[in-house]
Amino acid sequence: MTATQEPAAQAEIGRDRRRKEDQRLITGRTRWTDNITLPGMLHLAMVRSPFAHARITSIDTSAAKAGRNVVTVLTGADLGEAQGACINAWPVVEDQVTPDHLPMPTDRVAFAGETVAVVVARSAAEARDAAELVEVDYEELPAALDLKEAAAAHESGGTLAHPDLGTNVTAVWRFDSAEAGTGGDVEAAIAEARDSGILIEREYRQQRLIPAFMEPRSVVVDPTGEQITIWSATQIPHILRFALAATTGVPESKIRVIAPDVGGGFGGKLQQTPEEMIAFAVARRLGKPVKFTETRSESLLTAHHGRDQWQRLTLAATKEGTVTGLKVDLLADLGAYVAIVGGGVPVLGAFMFNAIYKFPAYQFQTTNVLTNKAWTDAYRGAGRPEATYAIERLMDELAAEVGVDPLEIRERNWINHEEFPFTTVAGLEYDSGNYEAATARAKEMFGYDALRAEQAERRARGDKVQLGLGVSTFTEMCGLAPSRVLGSLNYGAGGWEHAEVRMLATGTVEVVTGASAHGQGHETAFSQIVADRLGVPFEDVEILHGDTQISHKGLDTYGSRSLVVGGEALVRAVDKVIEKARPVAAHLLEASADDLEFSGGSFTVKGTDQGMAIQEIATAVFAAHNLPDGMEPSLDSEATYDPVNFNYPHGTHLCAVEVDTETGQVKLRKYVCCDDIGVVINPLIVAGQVHGGLVQGIAQALWEEAIYDENGTLVTGSFVDYLLPTAADTITFEIDHTTSPSTTNSLGTKGVGEAGTIASTPAVVNAVVDAVRHLGVNDITMPCTPERVWRAINDGSSGGETTEAAMPHFDETEGGVQ
Amino acid sequence: MIPAAFEYVAPTSVEEALAALAEHGDDAKIIAGGQSLLPVLRMRLNAPEWVIDLGRIDSLRGVRDGGDHLVIGAMTTHHDVGRDPLVHEHALLISKAITHLADAQVRHRGTFGGALAHADPAGDLGAPALALGSTFVVQGPGGTREIPGADFFVDLFETAISDDEILTEVRVPKHDGWGASYEKFVRIAHQWPIVAVAATVRLEGDTIAEARVGLTNMGSTPLRAHAVEEALAGRPATEDAVAGAAALVADGTNPPSDLNGDADYRRHIATVMTRRAVLAAAGRG
Ligand SMILES: Cc1cc2nc3c(=O)[nH]c(=O)nc-3n(C[C@H](O)[C@H](O)[C@H](O)COP(=O)(O)OP(=O)(O)OC[C@H]3O[C@@H](n4cnc5c(N)ncnc54)[C@H](O)[C@@H]3O)c2cc1C
Repeated sequence: MTATQEPAAQAEIGRDRRRKEDQRLITGRTRWTDNITLPGMLHLAMVRSPFAHARITSIDTSAAKAGRNVVTVLTGADLGEAQGACINAWPVVEDQVTPDHLPMPTDRVAFAGETVAVVVARSAAEARDAAELVEVDYEELPAALDLKEAAAAHESGGTLAHPDLGTNVTAVWRFDSAEAGTGGDVEAAIAEARDSGILIEREYRQQRLIPAFMEPRSVVVDPTGEQITIWSATQIPHILRFALAATTGVPESKIRVIAPDVGGGFGGKLQQTPEEMIAFAVARRLGKPVKFTETRSESLLTAHHGRDQWQRLTLAATKEGTVTGLKVDLLADLGAYVAIVGGGVPVLGAFMFNAIYKFPAYQFQTTNVLTNKAWTDAYRGAGRPEATYAIERLMDELAAEVGVDPLEIRERNWINHEEFPFTTVAGLEYDSGNYEAATARAKEMFGYDALRAEQAERRARGDKVQLGLGVSTFTEMCGLAPSRVLGSLNYGAGGWEHAEVRMLATGTVEVVTGASAHGQGHETAFSQIVADRLGVPFEDVEILHGDTQISHKGLDTYGSRSLVVGGEALVRAVDKVIEKARPVAAHLLEASADDLEFSGGSFTVKGTDQGMAIQEIATAVFAAHNLPDGMEPSLDSEATYDPVNFNYPHGTHLCAVEVDTETGQVKLRKYVCCDDIGVVINPLIVAGQVHGGLVQGIAQALWEEAIYDENGTLVTGSFVDYLLPTAADTITFEIDHTTSPSTTNSLGTKGVGEAGTIASTPAVVNAVVDAVRHLGVNDITMPCTPERVWRAINDGSSGGETTEAAMPHFDETEGGVQ
Repeated sequence: MIPAAFEYVAPTSVEEALAALAEHGDDAKIIAGGQSLLPVLRMRLNAPEWVIDLGRIDSLRGVRDGGDHLVIGAMTTHHDVGRDPLVHEHALLISKAITHLADAQVRHRGTFGGALAHADPAGDLGAPALALGSTFVVQGPGGTREIPGADFFVDLFETAISDDEILTEVRVPKHDGWGASYEKFVRIAHQWPIVAVAATVRLEGDTIAEARVGLTNMGSTPLRAHAVEEALAGRPATEDAVAGAAALVADGTNPPSDLNGDADYRRHIATVMTRRAVLAAAGRG
């Protein structure tokens, strides 16, 4: 036997591989949930409350039941306990006030869009038609809508989102560096700054956003097999299975959840939804397969929203601009129910307000509040964009106060690269980073000095179009999460991930991961990792995921965790395969195991040309004719990896905008970023993640906002009014990387999924404010609409509230045929 | 989003379409490109029993030279109108407006007549059609009648077309040699205008001899800015002179307030956009 394989010509890690999944995804050949059609399948339509808060006094389903091809119409009362419940996995404090969340409430609705009855018919169209015939009588109740008023309602006698609870406050979660022993006393720092330093006090609004994934949510349930099978457009098949079992009493072993190809999530599909629960209950009751696919309108109305906070911030600093303390007081709007992560979102942000800086004292408090609006939960970045926005806006304000360049103020306060690993005032240990290098590179790409000169020139000239330069740095805790840390925060699950490697008889490799991709490109990146480590061709690796029958163990995809936690599990499983193969190779090569070297996919006997490829060994193990005595005939291996620490990507983002002072219109001029995400597996995928993230973050700064009117009706109920940008609204982004390998995983990788979103929002708003600061503006409320920018310029405000009305492009009274 | 069930007919002549309309009356809706009607049906804001499709009536499609005016068939798509050399030569303002109208997909299905009959005050075609002094030709059981531009738009989503009539064509007086510009103020690219201004001017040397200005989304119908037109006539095409005239644009308008801007802001934007549109139309932009 001789070495049959050339060493891999090019390393897979670091290679610009086109995504192998794109062929099927882009051509639509794949199986999205809504494409699934089963024999005898019935279709569901939801009857939804038009009121934000109302008592259900009666539901008359008789006319709907008589509709053509209608099988039945069911209410929450009809389904009873079989409908299960929507769970909150993270009660952030022991005494959290958590309203019961039935998928279909029986007596009271708590937000507009909540389902009160479900129609089951032979076609989706017939189900929809009959849904119009369900007569629901409501007794309207006052709705808690304004976050600040709701937060105070228990004291002011204001409106309660859930009257029985006696309060809208579900939890107050607090961190104080003096109490935790991780830093000093923030009140002392504030007092000193008030006396002899600089105190910046601000209140910022994190507007409500809608994740707006491309594929609306869809669920198919087939109860006809021994296991009940659920296909769902979800990010979390494993967690969904757990929640179904835990709340319906159906044994977990009787449930199979499949997340087939899923068209985006951004956190918006990190949820156990009422619709999934209702479909599950209806299918079980009727014994027939059912399908529910939401419309875009339903998606905007009822899929969870994100952000929605008021941030009260106090930054204490010396006159020279060295920060001495930061105090954060949040109000977080959870909407009508505490969602699966729910109140944990602001808590995830709690550790990040101190960002890349060496603050000596820090205090954080979030008050989590219920209102009669759609529930909120994770949305790309989950808590960390909010935190980054706050601190990066404050650092610009501090720079303006001290009178130095915003980059300089950051440099005065950031952690220097020699100081890693660094334990922060929030108690986290940052693994690695080099803020100096990333910032220097970003500045160079941007042409910072030339743009500053142009800005000065335009100001001097009194140009109607002013130039603004915005800076944002960021870091985030990626790779959720060490299970012990989650436990200490009272989270309901762990943060490990699982992987398996199966060596097939013909030499190809099946890899099973518990991470559940929904557009990220796991199949390509994971194949590259396995191909490199195992020394097999990229094309020979198949990644399997998203089906609890195949991937029986996993904690799914969110929080930039798949590569750094799931990838590490994969590496460990691959290494086990190699170690299992070693004695076989030794046996077949008639050499000592100690004399074997493994590289490029082959074991070779040191100092000889004798060798054997791992794929040949796989075939030999399959045949099992000639194995070492007592050896189990299998190379297959698995690993479950629980991270010991997070990892901390970072980056410096620079944005230039042109502000038309006559209209308030903001135009992007230039955007560069230099991110440090450790070792990059596939630069092309990373570029895609960064570009998409940037657009989402820029959209928060400039365009997107979910708005409710005074009745609690979602005004931005379609893409006519919820302004989602397209390629036509963006510019060419220039991106680059510095590399400080993570020290917390063997590949040295850090998360990238949320990076672009986190840093871009403050970079853009800082740029807009910078463009008009000389006109007396120091804040503009997001999104920075032209009207707000114009008003800020003209009356020195931050732009004020928007009018809560939509543009009526589709005539509601048209033709008089109703 | 599934519309309620409806019956569908696709006649091949205007007469057949009118017959179908007469037969089903209030229970029927005409569909042209469907770009406004289909969303209405799918959101179940309306549920006609009959949908009468004009798509197979060839005579309603195309642009003709009518002598001193152009004839634009109601069923000509935005895409076709926008690319038509006759339109470009004789009614440049319309070509300019269409480059800003929606996206390529919508422009390939939506029609000139459908957009005008829909009468969305935020629609991009009403203001240019008005500014150019267009006449709207409708056909009903009693034959055809011509509706002057000033009478065509009645209110929000309401025109002078009767329930038993069909808009067949729009006659646009030729404006040969006039410069034109459509300034559309939006927050994102594929949005309806928050405010837009359609301006076309005829220059004599450096003087604006004549100007026509139309306003989008400054009231419940598209508007013609007569005061601005009069103020511009005979003035030099300079920034100051044009700004002076543009300052009159908001007088008497009643723009909406919504999440893209309140009425006062829209009035301000209209002033700025008018100045820019006129200067651009005069080649001074
Ligand atoms: C995503 C999107 C973006 C858009 N953006 C813009 C934009 O930026 N600017 C803009 O101006 N428009 C925009 N539109 C609307 C577009 O211009 C439509 O094409 C237009 O409003 C309607 O034209 P249609 O041919 O599709 O008419 P339809 O939708 O078929 O009909 C509209 C109405 O007119 C009636 N009707 C149609 N034809 C006739 C006729 N010949 N006689 C009598 N009644 C008739 C119908 O009964 C119906 O009530 C957008 C549409 C969409 C879907």
